[in-house]
Amino acid sequence: MPEALSLKDYSGESRIFFERAAISFAFFVILTLLLVARLFYLQIIQHDVYATLSDKNRISVEAVPPVRGLIYDRNGELIADNIPSLNLTITIELVDDLDETLAKIDDLIGVSEDEIAAFHRRLKRQHRPYEPTPVLFKLSAEEHARIAVNEYSIPGVQVAAKLVRHYPKGALMAHAVGSVRRINEADARRLDSVAYSGTDHIGKIGVERYYENLLLGKVGYQRVESNARGVVMQEIDSLDPVPGKNLKLHVDSSLQAAASAALGNRRGTIVAIEPASGGILALVSKPSYDPNLFVTGIDHATYAELRDSADVPLFNRAVQGQYEPGSTIKPFLGLVGLVTGIVNADHQITDPGWYQLPNEERLYRDWNWHASGLGGHGEVNLDKAIYRSCNVYFYDLAVKMGIDRIHDHLTLFGFGKNTALDLPEARSGLLPSAQWKRESRGLPWYPGDTVNIGIGQGDMLVTPLQLVTAVSLLANRGKWRAPRMLMEGDVVINSRSNMKDIDLVPDFVWKVIISAMEKVVHRGNQGFGENGTAWAYIGQDIPYRMAGKSGTAQVVGIRQGEEYDEEELTERQRKHAWFVAFAPIEDPQIALAVLIENGGGGSAMAAPVARQVIDHYLNGLQTNQVSQR
Amino acid sequence: MSQDFVRRLPDSGFVFQRAAGIGDKIHVDFILLLLLASISAYGLLVLYSAVYPDQSAVMSQLAKIGVATFVMLVVAQIPPVFFLRFAPWLYVIGVTLLIAVYFIGDEVNGSKRWLRIPGVIGFQPSEVMKLVLPMILAWYFHDRHLPPKKRHVFWAVVIILLPAALIVRQPDLGTALIICASGLLLLLLAGISWRFVFGTLGVGVLSAPAIWFLLQDYQQRRILTFLNPERDPLGDGWNIIQSKTAIGSGGLSGKGLFQGTQSHLDFLPESQTDFIIAVLAEELGFFGVVVLLIMYILLVGRGTIMAIQAQDTFGRLLAGTITFTFFVYVFVNIGMVSGVLPVVGVPLPLVSSGGTSILTLFAGFGILMSIHTHRRIML
Repeated sequence: MPEALSLKDYSGESRIFFERAAISFAFFVILTLLLVARLFYLQIIQHDVYATLSDKNRISVEAVPPVRGLIYDRNGELIADNIPSLNLTITIELVDDLDETLAKIDDLIGVSEDEIAAFHRRLKRQHRPYEPTPVLFKLSAEEHARIAVNEYSIPGVQVAAKLVRHYPKGALMAHAVGSVRRINEADARRLDSVAYSGTDHIGKIGVERYYENLLLGKVGYQRVESNARGVVMQEIDSLDPVPGKNLKLHVDSSLQAAASAALGNRRGTIVAIEPASGGILALVSKPSYDPNLFVTGIDHATYAELRDSADVPLFNRAVQGQYEPGSTIKPFLGLVGLVTGIVNADHQITDPGWYQLPNEERLYRDWNWHASGLGGHGEVNLDKAIYRSCNVYFYDLAVKMGIDRIHDHLTLFGFGKNTALDLPEARSGLLPSAQWKRESRGLPWYPGDTVNIGIGQGDMLVTPLQLVTAVSLLANRGKWRAPRMLMEGDVVINSRSNMKDIDLVPDFVWKVIISAMEKVVHRGNQGFGENGTAWAYIGQDIPYRMAGKSGTAQVVGIRQGEEYDEEELTERQRKHAWFVAFAPIEDPQIALAVLIENGGGGSAMAAPVARQVIDHYLNGLQTNQVSQR
Repeated sequence: MSQDFVRRLPDSGFVFQRAAGIGDKIHVDFILLLLLASISAYGLLVLYSAVYPDQSAVMSQLAKIGVATFVMLVVAQIPPVFFLRFAPWLYVIGVTLLIAVYFIGDEVNGSKRWLRIPGVIGFQPSEVMKLVLPMILAWYFHDRHLPPKKRHVFWAVVIILLPAALIVRQPDLGTALIICASGLLLLLLAGISWRFVFGTLGVGVLSAPAIWFLLQDYQQRRILTFLNPERDPLGDGWNIIQSKTAIGSGGLSGKGLFQGTQSHLDFLPESQTDFIIAVLAEELGFFGVVVLLIMYILLVGRGTIMAIQAQDTFGRLLAGTITFTFFVYVFVNIGMVSGVLPVVGVPLPLVSSGGTSILTLFAGFGILMSIHTHRRIML
């Protein structure tokens, strides 16, 4: 056992130990300095980075959305309101198993696949931690209660009230006021994310869309310090939101309701204007839809039904619908004829029931043409040509004027242009010209084209809004007032209209035209073929003076030599019925255009509707005046 | 006998001699005591801020420190020869307890670390092993030729790996690594060749891919997170991102006591235990941490001097290992919180609240004082 004999070298051992201890200690000092260097890097060099991260952790800016401006009608009736809606939200950070949570909600109050898909889409959008994401909207009181009693078993699920748009008049005002929709992904990319933070809806249609900037208001914020679980500890500072502007429109709810009732279940549209201001008193397009359906998201089936319906309820016929004006164009052509001196008021033609261009075989028929050759209006001047709605007179006049003169003068009435100030969906119709035909179709303008323009057929298209605007210009004797929804008050319309008053027309010209239109309604008891076209239907008991003009717009072409036989046509092939009017003649308060799709004859079908609407409005005015006295 | 032998050696300069003072009589080292008290007080201040306004954690910590100090002073009265004599028995008991834990330990969070005698006491045998392992190794080498021979090193490694393996099985990788580290430090102090030290480290690094597959899921994730905390910023990466943010946002002089937003708004997890240094760094800044580091290095320095002044191999090795292991705690904790080491559950000694570790630490310093103050008379 050599080891037992060997002596321990105490001195050597303690020297080795001293060396090792000293080296290790020195090494520890170096390691400590490394830690100091690390801290120096984090705390001094990177301090700004981490100070920012720390502030971002604790300080969150919560947007406080502004209250959307309300919309009133001309009498102060509320037509777009904000009401609290109970929404169910999920705070994803507080949820362990999302599928399980959604299943529990489904058990309690039901969630559709669509709604879950929409929720997942919303979830993907950027949101700050602990911000609740909506799942369901407009919970009923019972649904709210069911969630409330089970809240303990579904952490992260909350029911909160939020103001949402509500249209108390429902479908009645849908096309007049437009509506808001939920902001979708495409909107979110386009919009200023700051201005819209906390706001879920945006004006998508009509006035809601046009005045979005005014109605929205200014977003406020609240900067709060919150802890790691999103619990707000204290407010740092805040800025109150500025509510959106309240708007007052020219629309008269009561007139709107009367117009809607007058149309009944028929497809069609009525636009009424106050000539003095251009303010739109009523804008009805039927069928309509309930805009409240869209506010918090519509289910697929209901939406598909609205979208795919042959009656196109989502389509605003009043401003988007483009129709042939038919005979309603005649007073305007007559006026142009007088102004340009092509005809004078005494100029007469003989109407055999048809018109023929020189060297052409084709017969252009009058509406009372008969294969027997017994039709026609006989001796016709401009006056009679308007109150009897004689086609042949206007075929002749149009050909004499030529398309370019027609185009240039009708432009002054706003045809072929979008002159609406604050109706974003408005279309411009089509006022054809030789140049237009060359450019769009590569074809020359034929004299036959001009013949058709004479009775508002062929290529010409107008929207009901355009037509009523032109009628209002007649009522104003040339004073241009662009159509508008907003009644000026706090808010001034940004007028982009470059239309001018028609002020070079001699007084007597207005008188001739307006008097002829008056006869359309009031000339009666003159025997067959001598009464105003609408007299029999509306003129016999009328207590005020109204100027009007009927029209029919063809939906299908009638071949040469054939008669238009209503019986043989399907309902959708029938002509559209037009009637335009203003009243009272000497002090016009209302101008309107009525269009009934596939309604048939204008005087028979559309004129009574026009009369009802005007009656209602003038009665209302009278009652007001009486009560004011 | 041996004193004579030492005295007569011509070159005995490496046996440190010093005069006995009042401290030796009551077996207290005042310098060590003062440093321990300073660090504990500083730690209590940080803890007070971290849990403010709740003071129960501070009171409980204060009570634990009181008990631990008492234990330290009691241990200091025990002569080192007692530890030498009983080291093998303590080791056998320690390993037995670890085996017992394996069979009848309490399971908490998926790992068995605690032994409980119901209604009486609960403790972690692995904590006991932190002191017993240096003791048994120092016993093993105290009468052997140093630097140690290869076969002695082999048996020493077996002595280390037996409890370490049992602790890994609990599983408690952090403590097992600390135990291995303390064993390695003792071998280093015993004069083992540098080649062996670096060789072991090298083998460790090279076998890392193999070890990877032996690691538990959560341990693998911790390492991935260490390499890239942004991998899962709201999950595994959260702790380290938030602790770095707390430290960095503190800057030079900090946000002020009670003003730390990361800790007081609960962004910083474990703010009163493993991550408490981040609270200090956030509220008292770079200066605050450097003050603590200076106190730590002074403490380690004092422990090193006490080890060097020890009169025999057993005392030297035991005192040195206890001191150096203490430094390992400090380095690993601050390293992990500041993002230079992966997250292993190692508390910051004397500052982090809770755990049996306070008792183990102070008992260790008690042993240190015992070795230092039970001196044989030098002629």
